[in-house]
Amino acid sequence: MANQSQKIIRIGAGAGYSGDRIAPAVELAEKGQLDYLVFECLAERTIALAQLERSKNPALGFDPLLQDRMRAVLPLCVAQHIKIITNMGAANPHAAAQAVLAVARELGLSQLKVAVVQGDDVLPQLVGHDFALMEHEATLSSLGDRVISANAYLGAEPLVRALETGADVVITGRVADPALFLAPLVHEFGWSFDDWQRMGQGIVIGHLLECAAQITGGYFADPGYRDVPDLARLGFPLAEVSADGSAVITKVEGSGGCVTTATCTEQLLYEIENPSQYLQPDVVADFSKVTLTQVGQDRVQVQGASGQAKPEALKVTVGYRDGFIGEGQISYAGPGAQARGQLALDVLRHRLNAAGMGDFESRYELLGVNAIHGHSLSQGHEPYEVRVRVAMRVPTWQQAEQVANEVEALYLNGPAGGGGVTKSVREVIAAASLLMPRDAVQTSVSILEM
Amino acid sequence: MLLREIAHSRAGDKGNRSTISVIAYDLKDFAQIERCVTAERVKAHYQDMVHGPVDRYVVPHLGALNFVLHDALGGGVTRSLALDAHGKCLSSAILSMDIGPHEAA
Repeated sequence: MANQSQKIIRIGAGAGYSGDRIAPAVELAEKGQLDYLVFECLAERTIALAQLERSKNPALGFDPLLQDRMRAVLPLCVAQHIKIITNMGAANPHAAAQAVLAVARELGLSQLKVAVVQGDDVLPQLVGHDFALMEHEATLSSLGDRVISANAYLGAEPLVRALETGADVVITGRVADPALFLAPLVHEFGWSFDDWQRMGQGIVIGHLLECAAQITGGYFADPGYRDVPDLARLGFPLAEVSADGSAVITKVEGSGGCVTTATCTEQLLYEIENPSQYLQPDVVADFSKVTLTQVGQDRVQVQGASGQAKPEALKVTVGYRDGFIGEGQISYAGPGAQARGQLALDVLRHRLNAAGMGDFESRYELLGVNAIHGHSLSQGHEPYEVRVRVAMRVPTWQQAEQVANEVEALYLNGPAGGGGVTKSVREVIAAASLLMPRDAVQTSVSILEM
Repeated sequence: MLLREIAHSRAGDKGNRSTISVIAYDLKDFAQIERCVTAERVKAHYQDMVHGPVDRYVVPHLGALNFVLHDALGGGVTRSLALDAHGKCLSSAILSMDIGPHEAA
């Protein structure tokens, strides 16, 4: 066995969200000399939407790009013994595993072992109990039969058990995003789950990688201020991790983008709130002493994370039906565009109020004037063209259609020169969070092989 | 001088809270940023959007401030009526803050 103190594990990020680009993941699998390729694809309400899909078809409910991604990377990963870890199982990890095996057969692979991690779906455990909803005045019971899904954020422990089976692919539903990256480090280096310093360091590595291109120059370019080389060919990141938990974040040679202390600092602080207390199922991570050092072109060393004992409770995201949103848009351009757009808004407000819809939450705004940053930051700019936008949350589909149709009716019944109407009506699947005792969540690992 | 000249920023979302970092390009400018970009000023800057308090966390060795804007996203990305439901564009708004003449030597 190689000396643990000199062993380096190379982990790549193959996706930062469910719709992410596939070509950079292929490039990473080809050139990254990876040990692991991790695909993070679950946003807050993705599982609720997937659960609705599963309820219509029991063979679905996993990430819609799962098979495309596997077709693209499986041959490369199998040939180089790169293990794949992903939460693309969404609301149906078992069906996702079968879908991966189907791709493997289609590709003519001779063998593949897929481990399925389950236990995040805690909807059955919620029956008969009530919980306070975080950030809400209300409790879970107030949502009644509108609840669609409830998934606990699992930690790295069941993923480590899955890796111990020797699986080539590990598929999960909801786990904490950084845990997808922490798990292979625990598995490879034999870190103890109560080594809070290493847990913290593993979490910071995962946190830096989990949004993929957001650390290699994606979501960063601002011409003249922050120029990113070859943004069109942006590469995905990888980390070279040592047994002590220190790591270098980098990307493969020839890919576009950049890895600098600036891109890493933006991603380090991204969505973490208090840097000294980042709550995770495996640790309360402390990023406040993290140092980022440029040690080469597109190479940044990450050290200094620590942590405290893991929280007693697990966070659970509850997906629930929350009415409908009706929306319509119409454009006005040329001289007086803004005044005509404003007149259109005034007319729409009058008509929808007259229809008894004045008390619903709504937005009446002009794209190009005040839709993004509000009125006070947007004053003093007269645009050449504006786009009227009205959106309203209402209890029924019919009311949502009425909102959208009132915007369309501006063609014949509104100010001069309006054009390009778009309408949309959609059901709102909202997400709320609650805390659940850790021991109420039971995880399992099952194996599927071809 | 606008904050944009000496700092960059990224916004994210957690439920109904927006998280916004402000990061100095050059550590020499961080003292001015830390003094000028207070939680109170940020709250006032985003008055049309932020309905709750604003917390500020300081990470001096990285030249960074991290703001948490409570009740800022119309109920959160999953139910917001806003076009930019994540509040992603809020990062560029903070860079438009006027922080007076450049001070660092």
